[in-house]
Amino acid sequence: MNQPNINEMRGLIARHKRWDIIFAIVGLVCLLVGILTLLALFGQLVAEGLPRLKPGFFISFPSRSAEEAGILSAWVGTTLVMLVTALAAVPLGVASAIYLEEYAPKNWLTAVIEINVTNLAGVPSIVYGLLALGLFVYQLDLGQSILSAGLTLALLILPVVIVATREALRAVPGSIREAAYALGATRWQMVSNHVLPYSQGGIMTGVIIGLSRAIGETAPIITIGALTFIAFLPHPPVTGEFPYLSFAWLKDPFTVMPIQMFNWTSRPEEAFQHNAAAAGVVLLGMTLLMNGVAIWLRYRIRKRIKW
Amino acid sequence: MNGKNHRLAHSHTRHLRERLIESVLLLAALSSVATTFAIVAILCYESIPFFRKVPLKEFLTDSQWTPLFDDAHYGIMPLVAGTLTTTAVALLVAIPMGTVIAIYLSEFAPHRLREVVKPFLELLGAVPTVVFGYFALGVVTPLLQMIYPDLSGFNMLSAGLVMGIMIIPYISSVSEDAMRAVPMHIREGSYAMGATRFQTATRVVVPSAFSGIAAAYILGISRAVGETMIVAVAAGMQPNLTWNPLEPAATISAYIVQVCLGDLPHGSIGYQTIFAAGLTLMLMTLVFNIAGYWLKKRFREVY
Repeated sequence: MNQPNINEMRGLIARHKRWDIIFAIVGLVCLLVGILTLLALFGQLVAEGLPRLKPGFFISFPSRSAEEAGILSAWVGTTLVMLVTALAAVPLGVASAIYLEEYAPKNWLTAVIEINVTNLAGVPSIVYGLLALGLFVYQLDLGQSILSAGLTLALLILPVVIVATREALRAVPGSIREAAYALGATRWQMVSNHVLPYSQGGIMTGVIIGLSRAIGETAPIITIGALTFIAFLPHPPVTGEFPYLSFAWLKDPFTVMPIQMFNWTSRPEEAFQHNAAAAGVVLLGMTLLMNGVAIWLRYRIRKRIKW
Repeated sequence: MNGKNHRLAHSHTRHLRERLIESVLLLAALSSVATTFAIVAILCYESIPFFRKVPLKEFLTDSQWTPLFDDAHYGIMPLVAGTLTTTAVALLVAIPMGTVIAIYLSEFAPHRLREVVKPFLELLGAVPTVVFGYFALGVVTPLLQMIYPDLSGFNMLSAGLVMGIMIIPYISSVSEDAMRAVPMHIREGSYAMGATRFQTATRVVVPSAFSGIAAAYILGISRAVGETMIVAVAAGMQPNLTWNPLEPAATISAYIVQVCLGDLPHGSIGYQTIFAAGLTLMLMTLVFNIAGYWLKKRFREVY
């Protein structure tokens, strides 16, 4: 080996290694751009909206005057719609996932269902809104109601719930199933007594992620015709006289947080922009809280369970 | 004897119950198939009256979309142009940045950094889109106006840029998963040949994971094409046949939202147009998804 060749080699290696450093810097910058955007978005919302976030904001109806307007009907609407969504999406999604993971034979029907779930996850949310407008609002005559909205969002998050539940079920080792069978359990006893309890943390995570997506969805709810100006509350679900529970609220007109925010955003007056920012802070707070809970749950499961 | 009979009877009901439960679960699983059928059926059923009135040729070639005016034109092209332009701007941001972030997180970043950063990226994808719309209109547009003073208050550029940032996590997390699935020995082989990290990442890992990366891109495109609130808030709602991102325009989804915000009697022409527009949007996503499926198959590597 002669000397100059080695020096040439070293130069070549140094040049190549330089690209490592350049790329690491570029990668870090890209990452920072994403995270800084998130922080800027949050900062801007808080800076604009914080002065409006007083108790009165939460217990006032929307109003023509920006200073008196609040989000009472919006957050009540969001809560009720989410209730319907969860009640519809969780049983349906978990049952579908149990079927696909624990029961489904390997045949064309299973393949169709699986491909279908994947494709549904890619359907734009506004198309779900059109489905709901045609099907729920007019064909089934549910009207532009809380029930229609809740069912729409349930269909929208169904793929999320199914995929997350399947992953949680798959994480339960086969030996648990075999042990249950060995003790004479039927398939359903095995699933309901063993697999489901072990995977409930993972399922919860998926449900929360799904609901946090539903809570921010605006387009499909606008499509079914949610009103933007609602100055009254739906019927109370609990009544003073027998039978104490009332379902009249299911058919009530409503508005939700993102629609209220959209409505204020599209007004030219500066004061309403502040209201929009304040509503945005509340909405973002709800989403972040749900996602935080989901991340924490996932972290805890990963730490606690060692099969 | 009696006891044996009893046990048999018990086993019989037990069997019946099992079958019943299995059928209920199958029914639940079939509900997702029913949803797909319902989507296709409703979109077609409700847009039939529209296509009876407007010939397909006019729908595809007319350069104006003014269905609610007295001088009604029914050309979908302005809305398609708006959709494709905002999508293109978003992808120009999201694909390079998402890919670089994925490569960085999968091949370069220390484990601790990845654990800290990933939840933040997930949050970026979880922010409600109407909040992104507010951000595009209230922050990004004024910033862009400092660079281009004659940029209009509504424009596709700012909507597209913010949409791009929103899509980054979808692209980066799916591509990162694909890259991490590439077996370690392939990387080790590359290092053993004297390749640097960068060379290994770009010439070995990325090509091996390209099938998964393509799937991530398709997911991003689907998101961008169907995204509604950011464009509805920040790009204006005027149908405008232009490919220039500096101009305001409406996308298909923004048009649907705009019509639905008004009074919308069942069976009116406005009602029919949103289903025709929705059908177009659905077909566009379908085309991208089929292309993605093909790409995925074409570049699949099996280890």
